[in-house]
Amino acid sequence: MEKHLLRITVNDRDYELFINPKTLLVEVIRDHLGLTGTKRGCESSSCGCCTVIVEGMAVKSCSVLAMQVDGMTVTTSEGLEKNGKLDAIQKAFLDNGSYQCGFCTSGMLMSSKALLDENPSPSVMDIREGIDGNLCRCTGYNSIVRAVAAVARGDYREDKQ
Amino acid sequence: MKCNVINTPVHNVDGIAKVTGRATYTFDVTVPGMLFGKILRSPHPHARIKNIDASAALALNGVRAVVTGKDTLGIKQGIWRRYKELCDEQILPLEKVRYIGEPVAAVAADTEEIAEQALDLIEVDYEVLPAVYDPMEAIKKEAPEIHEGFERNINVTRHIEWGDVDDAFDEADYIREDWFRCSGQAHACMETRCAVASYTADGKLAVWTSTQSAYYHQVLLADVLGLKESDVRVIAKYVGGGFGGKFELDAAQFCSSVLSMKLCKPVKIVFTREEDFIASKRRTPMYYYVRTGVKKDGTFLAREARVFTDGGAYTGMGATALYLTGFFHSFPYKWRGYRHDGFRVYTNTLPSTSMRGFGTPHATYCSELQIDLIAKELGLDRIEIRRKNGHTPNYEVPGQATIASCGLEQCLDEIEKWIKSRGELPPNRGIGISSYGFMSGGIFNRFDTPYSFSSAVVTINYDGKVDLHVGAQDIGQGSNTTLAIICAEDLGVRLEDIRVHSGDTAECPPDLGAWGSRQTLMAGNAVKMAAGEAKRQLLEFAAAQMSPNIVYDLDIKDRWVHLAGRPERGLDYFEVVKKALRGKDGQRIMGRGYYTPHRKGMISPAYSYGVQALEIDVDPETGKIKLLNCVTAHDCGQPINPLGLTGQLEGAISMAAGYGFLEDIPIEDGMVMNPNLVDYKLIRAPDMPETEVIEIETYEPEGPFGAKEAGEGLTNPTAAALATAVLDAVGVPIKELPITPEKVLNALKEKKAQ
Repeated sequence: MEKHLLRITVNDRDYELFINPKTLLVEVIRDHLGLTGTKRGCESSSCGCCTVIVEGMAVKSCSVLAMQVDGMTVTTSEGLEKNGKLDAIQKAFLDNGSYQCGFCTSGMLMSSKALLDENPSPSVMDIREGIDGNLCRCTGYNSIVRAVAAVARGDYREDKQ
Repeated sequence: MKCNVINTPVHNVDGIAKVTGRATYTFDVTVPGMLFGKILRSPHPHARIKNIDASAALALNGVRAVVTGKDTLGIKQGIWRRYKELCDEQILPLEKVRYIGEPVAAVAADTEEIAEQALDLIEVDYEVLPAVYDPMEAIKKEAPEIHEGFERNINVTRHIEWGDVDDAFDEADYIREDWFRCSGQAHACMETRCAVASYTADGKLAVWTSTQSAYYHQVLLADVLGLKESDVRVIAKYVGGGFGGKFELDAAQFCSSVLSMKLCKPVKIVFTREEDFIASKRRTPMYYYVRTGVKKDGTFLAREARVFTDGGAYTGMGATALYLTGFFHSFPYKWRGYRHDGFRVYTNTLPSTSMRGFGTPHATYCSELQIDLIAKELGLDRIEIRRKNGHTPNYEVPGQATIASCGLEQCLDEIEKWIKSRGELPPNRGIGISSYGFMSGGIFNRFDTPYSFSSAVVTINYDGKVDLHVGAQDIGQGSNTTLAIICAEDLGVRLEDIRVHSGDTAECPPDLGAWGSRQTLMAGNAVKMAAGEAKRQLLEFAAAQMSPNIVYDLDIKDRWVHLAGRPERGLDYFEVVKKALRGKDGQRIMGRGYYTPHRKGMISPAYSYGVQALEIDVDPETGKIKLLNCVTAHDCGQPINPLGLTGQLEGAISMAAGYGFLEDIPIEDGMVMNPNLVDYKLIRAPDMPETEVIEIETYEPEGPFGAKEAGEGLTNPTAAALATAVLDAVGVPIKELPITPEKVLNALKEKKAQ
């Protein structure tokens, strides 16, 4: 099959790749770029383990072709930390024990981050609905809800640190 | 006891790796030159394999090998290795397939796509045999024989009895009998079963895999592959969930190893979600008959139960689930006479095994719902009837177990207070309760030794930092953090001074791993012993340095080596270590620890207790249940890691409530009808109730720093509390799990008709 040129910015780094046009975004992220923080847990776009942020929106990267995001900016869990400084949502996950096995965590972080970017003061039900697309078999979600609420409350604002 | 590290909120030792995407799971492992494997699975529930022709598959460009049972040693394996007849599973069977989805061949190819195409080219000639899917059918005389030599397809039986049961029933004022049915449940780990096997020409095999016990898989793989155990290295640094489903040998591990040994190349196999649903293992479905006799005042006298469990096609760990459901069906109550007869029956469905709670969520559901029905019938208070009959500290379950710590009564007090605080509830709102208890690791073991064990090694390095090597397996439950906390506390250093090494048989001591809630107590005791030994060596040197009056003992707290009675007199821990090691020719300080319970019977060294209350809303129009609040009073001895404990509690509620009203594995003609995450319903964030935990602190003399289990037992009460909540809310007992809207509506209709 003829390869197509994909230009994509992932975690502030520009990439040019020749790919099979049927390649999924998650396959580019994991298999071509080696960013294995993004996981896959199903074949039906129901688990949310592969959630990344594309142009500010949380997207299940198994549900889009890589060519659909040609020219766009993607952030994965590896891109949350800036110069060794954790993002507020990462700190909140640590403080609240919002992960156990950790397999859903990357996707959960990205959904939470996108939710907060869109709605900085979500209600508890907003938070629950914001992570509705992400399955977690370990935590029962409530510690994740507390982490997102803590960030929304401003517990991790720079001037508070 | 005053602790420095224990019971303080800490970040898990693997936290940074997990929130930055750096944690590498088996799913992420890539080895240079790696091939990809796929498994061909049986479309028939019961069939003889007459011939397998792989020639067309082998001719496909990019296919490197195809293996079938004929390429294996044909060893029948199982986890109860001390009972040969219960080792009944060839992962690539030579003669027969016994369930839909059973592996029959495996392919290794350059890409996953090619491997998948090759599967379609393998011709298997089957002779289809009659099949049976339900244990109550399979136990009949005329049912087809699934395994040779097992009369009526009965795989394992278990009889438990104490006291004079018939005599106790004779004294009863009221006897009640019920039948219950408990469904299966998928572990649904977010990381599906997977493995990367790499065999090299020097005869050594390395297997990265998602496992609850690297040691088990080292031993099991060595056996079925004909290798020495030390030539098999199993690596499992990060595991994407286990819940009881990842310590038996699976087809990803076995087939990747067989293919790798044939090709001397690394081979990776990852189960699809569908494969994980149809052809891994599941929580054991059960039919329960319960007969209970009580006095008018609610004193429990006798209980008699019979359980028929759906074993599926193979034994696996299912025999243990049968034993545990039998014992914990008595829990946490005192019975003058108790009799439990368990029958595990083979069927042509996917094999059943252990899953978090290990037979106990079923036992608790049947028991607690029936107790509420008895209390209702006799007009007794449901808390009072539980208080009257509950276990108390130092109680001995006749001939079975010796209880030391037990905070059940305080738990009941707390839950009673909470229920009162809720006041009058609106219509169709109800609060259910369930008492429960669980073991802190099983003592009996049928793997290689007839008893359970754990081990650990603590090494103090020149700079005072500590390496902790454990065979315990962190599968997300946070055992590495718990064990590091115990090590830091005992040694008198900080959590950040400990580096934990686990999940690699090449560097860690043997340990049975993560199952039966064993690691906090068993591995914890081993770590405490190892840390104590290292500390003793260091203090010997410090004593020589400080030459204190011998009436003073030395101790270390928060990196300060000091006289126990006069903490102001001391030395910096790092300086002491540096001096101690300077004269030692490169030696390090090393302590070894190990643990096997003694004089504790054969079930468990200690038991957790608790009571859970669950408030729900039932919509009488649709039968739908909404979970509102879940409060758990919980006795796990001394809590070690409070954040981890809350996580275990909330996670258990989501899994166990799912078992109570959402999750099921319907099987039609041997076929799983919902093998994907769309049709198989897991609880999602909006479905979760508000959760609260009330810790009842007791001190367990057998546990490290007084601790006992705190993770698995929490799965036991929620389905029961859901059933008793439905009874409280709308007055109907639902005797079949899961409690679906349809069942609630039917029960309401029936009630109306009466």
